[in-house]
Amino acid sequence: MRIVISDWGVVSPAGWGKDAFRKALAEGAPLAPKEVPRPGQSSPLRVRSVPPLAKRPDFITHARLRRTSPISQYVVAAALEALGPDVPLVQQNQLTLGIVLCVTCGCVNYSRRFYDEAWKNPSTASPLLFPETVFNAPSSHLAALLGTTAITYTLVGEPTNFLVGLAIAGQWIRDGRVQSCLVVGAEENDWLTADAARLLDPDVTLSDGAGALYLKKASEASPQTHTELISVTDPQFFANRQARLRAAQTIRDQLTRDTPSGVLSDGMQGAPKSDFALETAWRGWAGHRLSPKRVLGEGLSAAAAWQCACALDALADGSASSALVSVMGMNQQVIGACFRRI
Amino acid sequence: MIPVLFSASDQPKPPSRVVITGAGIVTALGQGWQPNEQGFRTGSTAFRPVTLFDVSRQRVSFAAEARLPDGLPPNRLSQARLRRVDRASRLLLWAADEALRTSGWPENTSAPIVLGTTSGGMSLGEEFYRQAITDPTSNRRQLTRVTQYQAHQQVSDIMGAYDLTGPVTLIANACASGANAIGHAWDLLRAGRANCAIAGGYEALCTLVFAGFDALQALSTTQCRPFDAKRDGLALGEGAGILAMETLEHARSRGATILAELVGYGAVTDSHHLTQPHPTGDAAYAAMTAACEVAGISPDEVDYVNAHGTGTPLNDASEAAAINRWAGGRASSLPVSSTKASVGHLLGAAGAVEAVVSLMTLRGQWLPPNAGLREPDPACEFPIVRFPTSAKVNYVLSNSFGFGGSNASLLFRRWQ
Repeated sequence: MRIVISDWGVVSPAGWGKDAFRKALAEGAPLAPKEVPRPGQSSPLRVRSVPPLAKRPDFITHARLRRTSPISQYVVAAALEALGPDVPLVQQNQLTLGIVLCVTCGCVNYSRRFYDEAWKNPSTASPLLFPETVFNAPSSHLAALLGTTAITYTLVGEPTNFLVGLAIAGQWIRDGRVQSCLVVGAEENDWLTADAARLLDPDVTLSDGAGALYLKKASEASPQTHTELISVTDPQFFANRQARLRAAQTIRDQLTRDTPSGVLSDGMQGAPKSDFALETAWRGWAGHRLSPKRVLGEGLSAAAAWQCACALDALADGSASSALVSVMGMNQQVIGACFRRI
Repeated sequence: MIPVLFSASDQPKPPSRVVITGAGIVTALGQGWQPNEQGFRTGSTAFRPVTLFDVSRQRVSFAAEARLPDGLPPNRLSQARLRRVDRASRLLLWAADEALRTSGWPENTSAPIVLGTTSGGMSLGEEFYRQAITDPTSNRRQLTRVTQYQAHQQVSDIMGAYDLTGPVTLIANACASGANAIGHAWDLLRAGRANCAIAGGYEALCTLVFAGFDALQALSTTQCRPFDAKRDGLALGEGAGILAMETLEHARSRGATILAELVGYGAVTDSHHLTQPHPTGDAAYAAMTAACEVAGISPDEVDYVNAHGTGTPLNDASEAAAINRWAGGRASSLPVSSTKASVGHLLGAAGAVEAVVSLMTLRGQWLPPNAGLREPDPACEFPIVRFPTSAKVNYVLSNSFGFGGSNASLLFRRWQ
């Protein structure tokens, strides 16, 4: 059974939706970071954040979404864009939809706020905040909005988990658990995560947003569908700089064995320490390269989705017949995926 | 062949049977199968005052806190890495060690690792935040906290400790995480995507989660009494449950001792509310039904239900309605109990620990009492196990339901 990407959606520091995403990547200039105050320090932290919408989206009126943190809103916006005309089919129970949400930091805004309250005086900590701290809150809100009761997973871990999520979605469709599946990678900015990230690599600029890929059986996809999921590699693990390089090289070897050319979405972000392994492993790649994180920043699990989204766009516009995606985690694993134009 | 998580060229295979050949467990009842079996079989409870963090300003001051030995089981972690191992990893390491030892798997086994957790190393995240606020110019130990806090680092610890390789999947489906992890491993094995897998869940008590449930007034201020008419909330616990799972063919080929067979898995989403189940338990009913349908088993054939049974008024009422409906005429004679009355709610580890309890009942042919029950809720049409009971047990259904509407049911079969 062939599994295709029916459509995709994005929210990124470039804006809400595909148009802003495409425009920013076409221009190619890194988006300007904004400063975030860091309590107790005079020098602020720098992040790239999703710009506020001029008008609040309609979905925000849903009872479950009114008080959610940004990550849930990003997830829903990206998912609705990816689902497009299938939204009513899911809502009317004519299409079983699975959801795989992939996060690295997850609902950090509410977690920080709730912990701060609990630390200072647990007897007055807000019961409204706590439920939103749970990793699977955004996927729960999305499921509620869509009215789906099918299987839903939230994966937590390295940004590589977005590609693991694609594999799970493909398996669920093949196994008949669902007819279609959304895989969403999402993150939200907070000074706390930006403060933590600078310890890992001071050249990394965190960003937030979401990316959603909508998977179906090829036989049930619309004629406008252009791309097929060909493979997701097993992740390669590393514990140090040299092992990281070997892992990245192994993924290149696996991806290029059957697909020696095409477009590469490489995950480079302009941070030498973090880019070292990918840059070395993919040196000499003759095909076209896409590096969305250079423009949008390190969006972790969201960025892995953005990598896939721009690769799919390259296939859709006919500029390549196959696309490789190599996602590097922060400190544990690297993974790859291959898509092909139908 | 290059192993791949997904390949367009994969061809469907007939489903493989999946068995469990190793199990490890750590709860407040003790570390390992034996003390836990003794405790669950007799309906012991393991709640004690919380010592891990300050609870003096909370409504509730007790939980099922695990008592861990100072050291760790023999492993391959370096001294430097051992110094960084946090409480969540320690719980996980003890359970994984027991599961791997009992499975008899050779070293360097390549197997998918599928784990559930809700908090990972949250205590380290809390330490990071406190230092960032109280001593904002100091980075001392902050990098270690950043790296060890992440849930994938605890998995790295067991991979390093036992030289395991294989793709890692961490499921954070709130209180159903552990059951979903085992169910997902079952999916992988059943479809022929792997020969063996490590699956389970782990959870360490931490301030944020304790304060969260306290803020929701979901914690019992008296005693956790699932399905009691006067129940007043849940009690938190901590621990880990790990299963070594493999296809029947693989287990037989190496002459492994089989503990039980996992024959069904149902996973459904309840979109009623972020923290409250639908009052009629529709999703729970659907999860139980799905687990039985895939196994080709009717509720009449199930001998015991290990309920999610948190002890909160809403959860137990919803689950009781679901069990009544699912069991139908069988309800009046179907034994049900919640072992959370003994070890508390282990959140992301709950489904995994309760899976191990299910194996214990199948192996030992007994039913675990629902500790503390005084007056059964009349909404329960089923008998609640109140005393240590010997019974013929061939099929056990284990329920796990979580925030966000994650509902999972696992169906285990006795191996003889």
